[in-house]
Amino acid sequence: MSDHDTSPRTEWPLWEIFIRGQHGMSHRHVGSLHAPDAEMAIKNARDVYTRRNEGVSIWVVEAKKITASSPSDKGPMYEPSQSKVYRHPTFFDIPDDVGAM
Amino acid sequence: MGDHLFEFLLRQGDNTLILSHRISEWCGHAPIIEEDIALANIALDLLGQTQMWLGLAAEVEGAGRSADDLAMLRDAWDFRNAILVERPNGDFGQTMMRQFLFDAYHVELLNRLVNSTDERIAAIAAKSLKEVDYHVERSASTVIALGDGSEESHSRMQAALDDQWTFAGELFETDAGDHALNDAGIAPLPSELRAGFNTRAIAVLGDATLNIPETTFAHSGGRSGKRHSEHLGHLLTQMQWLQRAYPGATW
Repeated sequence: MSDHDTSPRTEWPLWEIFIRGQHGMSHRHVGSLHAPDAEMAIKNARDVYTRRNEGVSIWVVEAKKITASSPSDKGPMYEPSQSKVYRHPTFFDIPDDVGAM
Repeated sequence: MGDHLFEFLLRQGDNTLILSHRISEWCGHAPIIEEDIALANIALDLLGQTQMWLGLAAEVEGAGRSADDLAMLRDAWDFRNAILVERPNGDFGQTMMRQFLFDAYHVELLNRLVNSTDERIAAIAAKSLKEVDYHVERSASTVIALGDGSEESHSRMQAALDDQWTFAGELFETDAGDHALNDAGIAPLPSELRAGFNTRAIAVLGDATLNIPETTFAHSGGRSGKRHSEHLGHLLTQMQWLQRAYPGATW
């Protein structure tokens, strides 16, 4: 049975992986993996997520260090902004010279 | 010179081919999926290097054989890989120790071959070096992590080192052909690579809290083809069976 022991103490920590692509401007979350430390997490990310030339830079963050908003707070967190159209800058005439915004 | 060059190219291609096959045996069996993928990547890197080395070997031989013919239709006594790379994988620690010992030699060799007077060799070395720089970084950090890890991982890594150290010596064996290539500026003497290898091995194995065996004995017989271990034949039956059973099969 010990072979199937998956208790947390025998597991390496989980890391969230962010990759900046060749043409992208910012790092994007691409997935997660297990590794004993940050350096190995970067090496593992290199092998798991960049083998088809996807990236030029890797960030790793230990998953437990991320503070996330709670799904149960969805109402109070996000719904109030739905009725506030004036927050979107759609009421201005943009001069043609400015181009795409 | 042609014979020496052919022999040299076989030695390069056979080392990478046989080690690639050994590592590929872990595919689907590694302790965790991240290592599984990493080992498969390294096996594929080495296989790509094999195509270049054996491709050039076939060209230099000029006997109408291809890289595939050299890989799949030669028998054990025609192979020129060091015995180190044909040895069975053992446990994960043994595999990583063998990988580190080979990588530490490989990176020294490629660092010299990029300056070869033979442009074809210099080009293969330059392409390979980018991959092997990463291989050695990865295997060194794994050896350190496991050597300087738990009591069990430490004792397994020490056993792996004791078991394999005497097989690393063959990588630096130097014969008349090596001298001929060195005189022509084509390749360094393998014996010249030992100092750089030792420096890296002492640093990494020291960080791994492992003791290098106090022996100068070195197994040999692989790179000359005269005395491979019994393991190579078994490996070849797995690697070559398809071409042997269905000659010329492609897909």
